[in-house]
Amino acid sequence: MSDPVEVKTLIIDEQEVSALRGQTILDVARENDINIPTLCHMEGLGDIGACRLCLVEIKGSNKLLPACVATVFEGMEVSTNTERLRKHRRTILELLFAERNHICSVCVANGHCEFQALGQELGLTHIRLPYRNPELTVDASLERFTVDHNRCILCMRCVRVCAEIEGAHIWDVMGRGINSIVITDLHDEWGHSACTRCGKCVQVCPTGALFDKSKVGSDHPKYPDFLPFLNLMREAQ
Amino acid sequence: MTIEELEQIVESVRAENAKFDYEVNVCMDLACASQGSEKLRDALVKAAEASGKKVMVRRTGCMGPCSAGPLVRVDPEEILYSHVNADHAGAIVSSLGGEPVPSLQCDLNEHFDKQVRVVLENAGHIDPEKIDDYISCDGYKALMLALMEMTPNGVIHRITESGLRGRGGGGYPTGLKWSTVAKAGGNLKYVVCNGDEGDPGAFMDRSVMEGDPHRVIEGMAIAAYAVGASKGFIYVRAEYPVAVARLTTALREARRRGLLGSNIGGTTFGFDVEIRLGAGAFVCGEETALLASIEGRRGTPKPRPPYPAVSGLWGKPTLINNVETYANIAPIVRNGGKWFANMGSERSKGTKVFALTGKIANTGLIEVPLGIKLWEIIDVIGGGVPGGHKLKAVQTGGPSGGCIPAEMLGLGVSYDALMAAGSIMGSGGMIVMDDTSCMVNVARFFVEFCMTESCGKCIPCRAGTAQMYTLLSRFCDGTGTMDDLELLEDLCLTVKEASLCGLGQTAPNPVLSTLKYFRNEYIEHIVNKRCPAGVCNIQAPVEVLA
Repeated sequence: MSDPVEVKTLIIDEQEVSALRGQTILDVARENDINIPTLCHMEGLGDIGACRLCLVEIKGSNKLLPACVATVFEGMEVSTNTERLRKHRRTILELLFAERNHICSVCVANGHCEFQALGQELGLTHIRLPYRNPELTVDASLERFTVDHNRCILCMRCVRVCAEIEGAHIWDVMGRGINSIVITDLHDEWGHSACTRCGKCVQVCPTGALFDKSKVGSDHPKYPDFLPFLNLMREAQ
Repeated sequence: MTIEELEQIVESVRAENAKFDYEVNVCMDLACASQGSEKLRDALVKAAEASGKKVMVRRTGCMGPCSAGPLVRVDPEEILYSHVNADHAGAIVSSLGGEPVPSLQCDLNEHFDKQVRVVLENAGHIDPEKIDDYISCDGYKALMLALMEMTPNGVIHRITESGLRGRGGGGYPTGLKWSTVAKAGGNLKYVVCNGDEGDPGAFMDRSVMEGDPHRVIEGMAIAAYAVGASKGFIYVRAEYPVAVARLTTALREARRRGLLGSNIGGTTFGFDVEIRLGAGAFVCGEETALLASIEGRRGTPKPRPPYPAVSGLWGKPTLINNVETYANIAPIVRNGGKWFANMGSERSKGTKVFALTGKIANTGLIEVPLGIKLWEIIDVIGGGVPGGHKLKAVQTGGPSGGCIPAEMLGLGVSYDALMAAGSIMGSGGMIVMDDTSCMVNVARFFVEFCMTESCGKCIPCRAGTAQMYTLLSRFCDGTGTMDDLELLEDLCLTVKEASLCGLGQTAPNPVLSTLKYFRNEYIEHIVNKRCPAGVCNIQAPVEVLA
């Protein structure tokens, strides 16, 4: 392999920017204050490219690439906010809103929800798709936290933070397709799982799916910023 | 094992076969076996013993025209009998040496004449559980040839020259894929065979694995030599227990003969293969999901790049090809790339196996040179649509494919032509539909398949296919509106362009292609609340009393 510290120059939204080899488009864009919407991405966690909101257009290719995992190359020209992309992003958000029971007005995360904020940011005024209204459960068996599957958007942040950072890996996915659901242990109740009660999953959850019981009825802001800091401290050791 | 030893085996098999005057081959593939070919074979063995004639009764893999099964072929006369059961055994044996049994004889000359058999050259001729049978048909000769007389680059060059493209569906040039893996660094590489055939109505790979398993193993071994791999995996779905059993036997026999293991053919090349079973997920046919499943993780796809050629199984460079692709390798190495490139069309070389099913006279497995006109497959090889019905469409490519209308039967079957027509080659399923099929219902069937087989990782596929299914169901039950149709088209575009893997990206194809060619059927369902084919159960609207 050649020198890893090779510098690339590229164009994002008509702005010339520089990047290191191996950097993702999303990293470079955010360094340069270019906003690309994301949901499953979280600084400090491994990326899975699942929510498809960060799709960007690359000049010369008809394929859309997820900015969170696509790495830069010399001379690449990226467009992050075309009409085509905005349309796809709105449809994706619509699909999510219609998938489960997302009623902001009665949600514990109202006002502090990344999903809600994205809807507002992308100008989502109404949902054209039929609501699916699935019957889903709420697991409040743990003394401090609750999981409400009605608000879950399957971003897998809880699964990743538990496996990658806490090292407990009690969260995982069960089922397929539209019937996928996050579970604790082997689909045991959360309160009877091997959960360490660290609460990292609650802090990284973008919606009101995972919440602190003590915050019900009051404001429930989340503080996911601990993650990059924690990673930094661990690396320093 | 050396070339001389292979030849000795060929000689001994020939000497053994020469002891018999007649060979009676019984198809034991699933379709024939389900109609009692096992009993038939036993009856034939008994009848042969009683008759005192020198008859060899051999069980073989799929002979092709499954709808005419159980099939029996008598060699050397090459007389084909159809719909044979155990009661016919006596008549068949006593006819040997005389006139064939007229009541059982079938005329499928037209069916076979248009076909060119490369992948299926041994199917119906050898016992899949006997490695010596395979060796006697030039088996493992290509591997020895490659090891003794060719460099790895020479092998890749030959494959590139042949113009072979991936038979799993994507049609990626095989030679290019091999050379990428060969160039990847590191001393540990893997070769993987994708046998997770899951398209509804497709059974090409099952037949190859069951009827000629050594062909796949030989192809993998040659691939391993070419790219520098030492370990292989065959990923077979657990719904194919016979294929698994045959492959297990084949691997054991190949090891026993020294055709797998270390120092193959006395060279430094070593290679062995392990079987991994799929647990029934269609998405595991997608290469990154398949690799995750082999590693023991949940079978969900990953964004590419990095491609498996660079970072595959456990992060190592991995070559992954479909069963049929590997099945083409040995003949190409034996006969040369040009031989293969002479078959087929401009950009789609060679032959392709199709599983012909649906409303057609001769259902079963066929192998045709690419570029063949669709009508030749349907009318000549397939024998046309039975029952006086009219052909409506041909569905290719499974749930990722599309429907080609009857007006386009002049289409030459190739990767690019099918793509341009809004369908895909896919792995080779070909479902024929007549005027009793409702195209809206067909689209809903395939979308339902994709919905239940979606892994759930990315939103467009997980929620998008479910919404598409809801909207299509509205059309089918007569509650759909023109707004729903517009919404459906809009949704199809997002699912197609934004999904993570091939499953989602191609899931809208059945909808888009039926909308392209049969839009009037959709309109008929929406506006006139009528299903032209009479399939959908649309209730008359309930009159609301004022």
